[in-house]
Amino acid sequence: MKRALSLIGAAVAAFLGSSAQAETLSIATVNNGDMIRMQKLAEHFTKAHPDITLNWVTLEENVLRQRITTDIATKGGQYDVLTIGTYEVPIWTKQKWLKPLDKLGANYDVEDLLPSIRSGLTTDGTLYAAPFYGESSMVMYRKDLFEKAGLTMPEAPTWSFIADAARKLTDKQNELYGICLRGKAGWGENMAFLSAMANSFGARWFDMNWKPQFNTDPWKQTLTTYLGVMKDAGPPGASSNGFNENLALFQTGKCAMWIDATVAASFVSNPAQSKVADKVGYALAPDNGLGKRSNWLWAWSLAVPASSKKGDAAQTFISWATSKEYLDLVAKEEGWANVPPGTRSSLYANAEYRKAAPFADLTLKSIQAADPQHPTVQEVPYTGVQFVAIPEFQGIGTAVGQAFSAALAGQMTADQALQSAQALTTREMTKAGYIK
Amino acid sequence: MARAATNRQKLVVTLIAWTIGIVIFFPILWTALTSFKTEAEAIASPPSFLAFHWTLENYTEVQQRSDYFLHFWNSVVISVGSTLIGLMVAVPAAWSMAFVPGKRTRDVLMWMLSTKMLPPVGVLIPIYLLFRDFGLLDSRIGLVIVLTLINLPIIVWMLFTYFREIPGEILEAARMDGAGLRDEILFVLLPMAVPGIASTLLLNIILAWNEAFWTLNLSASQSAPLTAFIASYSSPEGLFYAKLSAASTMAVAPILVLGWFSQKQLVRGLTFGAVK
Repeated sequence: MKRALSLIGAAVAAFLGSSAQAETLSIATVNNGDMIRMQKLAEHFTKAHPDITLNWVTLEENVLRQRITTDIATKGGQYDVLTIGTYEVPIWTKQKWLKPLDKLGANYDVEDLLPSIRSGLTTDGTLYAAPFYGESSMVMYRKDLFEKAGLTMPEAPTWSFIADAARKLTDKQNELYGICLRGKAGWGENMAFLSAMANSFGARWFDMNWKPQFNTDPWKQTLTTYLGVMKDAGPPGASSNGFNENLALFQTGKCAMWIDATVAASFVSNPAQSKVADKVGYALAPDNGLGKRSNWLWAWSLAVPASSKKGDAAQTFISWATSKEYLDLVAKEEGWANVPPGTRSSLYANAEYRKAAPFADLTLKSIQAADPQHPTVQEVPYTGVQFVAIPEFQGIGTAVGQAFSAALAGQMTADQALQSAQALTTREMTKAGYIK
Repeated sequence: MARAATNRQKLVVTLIAWTIGIVIFFPILWTALTSFKTEAEAIASPPSFLAFHWTLENYTEVQQRSDYFLHFWNSVVISVGSTLIGLMVAVPAAWSMAFVPGKRTRDVLMWMLSTKMLPPVGVLIPIYLLFRDFGLLDSRIGLVIVLTLINLPIIVWMLFTYFREIPGEILEAARMDGAGLRDEILFVLLPMAVPGIASTLLLNIILAWNEAFWTLNLSASQSAPLTAFIASYSSPEGLFYAKLSAASTMAVAPILVLGWFSQKQLVRGLTFGAVK
């Protein structure tokens, strides 16, 4: 009996000893190229920090959002590092769901983070998430087709130029479409594009009293311009097209122009994937001369949930993954073209990076042109460029996206879609208590 | 003449059966074919059926990036474990409903089935809180419990249907010969219901293997089964169809092989008592 007890005691001591030696971090992330690269390079981190081991949970974006929202709201404590976007950060910090990032280390050059990206991740002067890669949106176009048609793309085009060029370049018989834009319903799908586009037309989601604004002229101009150009110059079945579908169309030479995330530039210019890699030009997202361009701002960022018991180790990892040294490591191991973009000013001052990424200048200009604190021409009570940073937006944005997608599919007119959007948004905002 | 008509009928019926079979199998075939394409070929339009550059690079990358065998083993434990525990509970329940029905047996059966009508997301938060408090999050035992509970109504219903086809007199005779309840169920009822039990077992393993809501929401890194393995290859930004197809093919292959080898048993069980 004594012997059995001493054996159990030894086993418990060994177990406790082993758990005291290494701290295991659970990291939830999405399956994007830059994140997968981070997983591959993480052995450099664990070599430098033998007391920390990493467990990765990679999930599809919407599944990940649902999964980590459930966990963080119930204080489940399943994760120590979360991959979240600029939409979640202001909402979650208000709920006190995130730990402040105050232990990133003395060498972590926080001033080097791009100001517009940093401001989207900061609440009351405190950084709550560190940007892993940032993106805006821009125009990607086929230089060869523009030249053939005698057109010249300006660096900062207007919507009327884009619409005219799209119609001129369309050759539906040869499956060449003037423009490819998002049509798939979803707050992060067609509504990311349309909300940013609406900003350039002077539209806004809400006035200062949280009253929905879909019954105003700027929204009508936005939607009719979008539906008109997509009807005349868009691909068939565009109401089901998101980022990946348009990427496939552009890479196979079926789109003359594509307005979408700046991160797409590295895909369309990669000869291993793209048939048009050497023919792609870039321009800023279009405007209407009202002072706001139709480009958005997003940053996939790393944060520590308040429920994590391994906050210090988690911040050590975040500090490594979002540091200047990490960018150098990626450049050394995988080349400068594969460095995660859109987070640090120093990257855009680096001559080697600028040489490897011909779209670097426009990416930076696009990111700088977006201001999440003042996203619209008129004053608004919310922050966020292509979203409204309130918890209700996911539901409302997707429902409005469904109405606009139905209009693109020809199931309703622009007026009907706007009426439906106005009615459902008013109902939800009243229910949520924003409208008294 | 009559023989010719019969042959023609046979030919038509065979053709229809093959067409339906191919239509049902086509998505799996297409997934398997896509898994051997490059990402560029996977999105090519028009798509090529067989004339493409065959490659194993997607399988290589999936093997390098993920611990397939951990996910596979989790799937085996969760699906087999939940089915076996479910059967242990369901056999006595179905026995009592089939052979000693009460006034409310039908209502109880309907009530059990009604639990399947609730969208799972409706109880996600309460279940999640329970799992958190009992320390069951990201554990195989937790997933076995939840999948047992979810599939139990189907197991009970299937067994009840099979048991009803067995004449109660045989059990009565066993009782008169001195068999106790345990012996009656173990040595008389179960041997007679083997085809039904086998098909229930196989069908529930397949259902548990494919269950994607609870297995995704209650697992993280340690207990994640093959559903999470597949979900990790979908990407919001970047082409992923070929790699996702490779992961999907690897995930469905074991259950496809199981289904192939046990198809005789499955069909026999599913049609048990259908023709008298």
